[in-house]
Amino acid sequence: MLSALPTARDFRGELRAARASAGALRVQRLRALSQHRLDYLETLQLDRALQALPAEERALLAPVRVAVLSSATIDQLLPAIRVAALRRGLDVYMYAGGYGQYRQETFEPPPALRALAPELVLFSVSARELLGSIPLTARSREADEHIDSFVAGLRGLWRRARAGFDAGIVHQTFLDVTEPVFGSFDRLAPGAPARIVDRLNLRLAEAAVEDDVALLDVARASERTGRDFWFSQARWLQAKQEIAPPAAPAYGELLARIIAARRGLSRKCLVLDLDNTLWGGVIGDEGLQGIVLGAGSAAGEAHAGLQRYAKQLRERGILLAICSKNERATAIAAIERHPEMILRMADFAAVQVNWTDKAENLRAIAQQLNIGPDSLVFVDDSAVERARIREALPMVAVPELPEDVADYVSCLAGAGYFEAVALTSDDRLRAAQYAQNAARDNFRESQQSMGEFLRGLEMKLDCRAFAEVDLPRVTQLINKTNQFNTTGRRHGAEAVAKFAAAAADITLQLRLTDRFGDNGLVSVLILRPLAEDPQAFELDTWVMSCRVFGRELEYEASNIAVETVRARGATRIVADYVRTDKNGVIAGLFAQLGFVPLAEPPADGSAATTRWVLTLADYRPRTTCIERRSG
Amino acid sequence: MTEPEILRALSEILGDLLGDDALALSLETRRADVPGWDSFTYVNFIVAVEMRFGVKFKVAEVESFENVGAIVRRLRELGK
Repeated sequence: MLSALPTARDFRGELRAARASAGALRVQRLRALSQHRLDYLETLQLDRALQALPAEERALLAPVRVAVLSSATIDQLLPAIRVAALRRGLDVYMYAGGYGQYRQETFEPPPALRALAPELVLFSVSARELLGSIPLTARSREADEHIDSFVAGLRGLWRRARAGFDAGIVHQTFLDVTEPVFGSFDRLAPGAPARIVDRLNLRLAEAAVEDDVALLDVARASERTGRDFWFSQARWLQAKQEIAPPAAPAYGELLARIIAARRGLSRKCLVLDLDNTLWGGVIGDEGLQGIVLGAGSAAGEAHAGLQRYAKQLRERGILLAICSKNERATAIAAIERHPEMILRMADFAAVQVNWTDKAENLRAIAQQLNIGPDSLVFVDDSAVERARIREALPMVAVPELPEDVADYVSCLAGAGYFEAVALTSDDRLRAAQYAQNAARDNFRESQQSMGEFLRGLEMKLDCRAFAEVDLPRVTQLINKTNQFNTTGRRHGAEAVAKFAAAAADITLQLRLTDRFGDNGLVSVLILRPLAEDPQAFELDTWVMSCRVFGRELEYEASNIAVETVRARGATRIVADYVRTDKNGVIAGLFAQLGFVPLAEPPADGSAATTRWVLTLADYRPRTTCIERRSG
Repeated sequence: MTEPEILRALSEILGDLLGDDALALSLETRRADVPGWDSFTYVNFIVAVEMRFGVKFKVAEVESFENVGAIVRRLRELGK
């Protein structure tokens, strides 16, 4: 789980140095320390230092409010959850449920839980709750009835927590802590504890899909690292801990991945080195015949295995790129001509093959794909290159590859960089969309002027209010868009559903197609009536995908928003621009669209939030090259 | 390891858990003598000692260690 993280050279020394510093540097040092493979004791120590930070330093991290409600003792998990979140720049404010209190706390939340107003509720429930009620000799129907009614009970908790807190729900899969009773026959005996846990997990997953609940899959993780690592009978007996403390760092990491994925912080692009990574050997020295790849050698098959895994990631919407020190022509020839290559040039959204510093090349890749360097994962067999990138670009994830190429895939996969919380039709299309972008770029170069290029694209726009079927895509776009995001505000699936259902709110989702293909959902706007001014709507959220920058879409979207607000009988739109680390690209957006600042912002641009107003009577719609297909 | 070495290692572990770099245990120290050494920290301490020394204590002995000296003696019996 944590094996892709490097080990800390001197944990105690670095922790002491971090504690002795102050301000942003201290936060940065603690965060850097969290990005190492820490054991349980180290995790506790780092958490103590984190908790001791003064409020103004904690404010440098993004807050997340999480409630963990459980049937077991969970105190040992909390530090690990906070440290794994720190790894991602997040600061978890937590409500830790009491032992066995998860039902009461859901139905009658204590004041501390209410006060936290969690955005995420994690249920950590033991299968023990169910096992005692099913006789060993039960027939299949009887066992299933018990399992179904238990799962129905859980769904009731989910509904209640979701409605009560307006929170996203995560449920921990059931850890099999049972012992064989019949032996291998356990799988066939309906009342055997192991079979019950197995079926329970199946039913849980089915219910989770229907109820849009995320699963924290400790059952799967324990199959990988071993039940005895995750569960210790002694700790259960001593402290009613169902997750053994040594497994807590892995548990925290699993939860932090889900939290980060919900916030759009999962990585988006896998950048691969070539020599001794994508294939064995050095193409420049050994030539096309000399490199080791594919059938005929175990090492060659291992390199092919890495390619196959990358191809799977591409299929689910992760971008691939190459960053390699090589002669470009030689490398490309190998990729295109080697008979055992699984990835070909068309699979890569960006390719940097040259003799330049790799940090510079990674920056170029991020820029070309219009994503932040913190969306990149860089896989390179060379410890020197890895150290160089960690130093120069600490926001790039760099897995500490094992010595043996046989273990590359399990290291990369185990790191969980690309954690998903949904699979949308846009994910399915993404790789193809980036290929279309390359075609668009070629087309642009062949056109005389920008206007001619835009006209030639034959863009068509569909604009609709959110419908239920769109909610996952809309939620995903809101939460993963960082650059064109006017407020940086995030809304979970629950909040988005509320906007969609509220008749007073205006929701707009825009899909763009052009002669090269379907760009999918590209922009989302949410406008809400302003309580203190019946003539005004406030722009709560406006996000636009970086894939369609430079297409005049912001102007067309603004035309649509103005028309829609006008149709509701209002005369003004108020909008905030909340500056974040990443949305500097739209700092001038509202001025360009004809909004005027409500208060004169300081000239040095230091204001974090500026408030703007557009008087609809003064609005001059800009004619764009985008044709609207429906209103 | 000698008795003082084990004692130093145990002091360091408990010091790490309680955020007290200067913590020094003696063979006679009992849990009640150390502020903050509650039952949760005791389990953490046992977990950390087991991890650090590569041993596993019996649940019965964890319940009956009367002082730090008893833990040191048990670790020495286990060949540490």
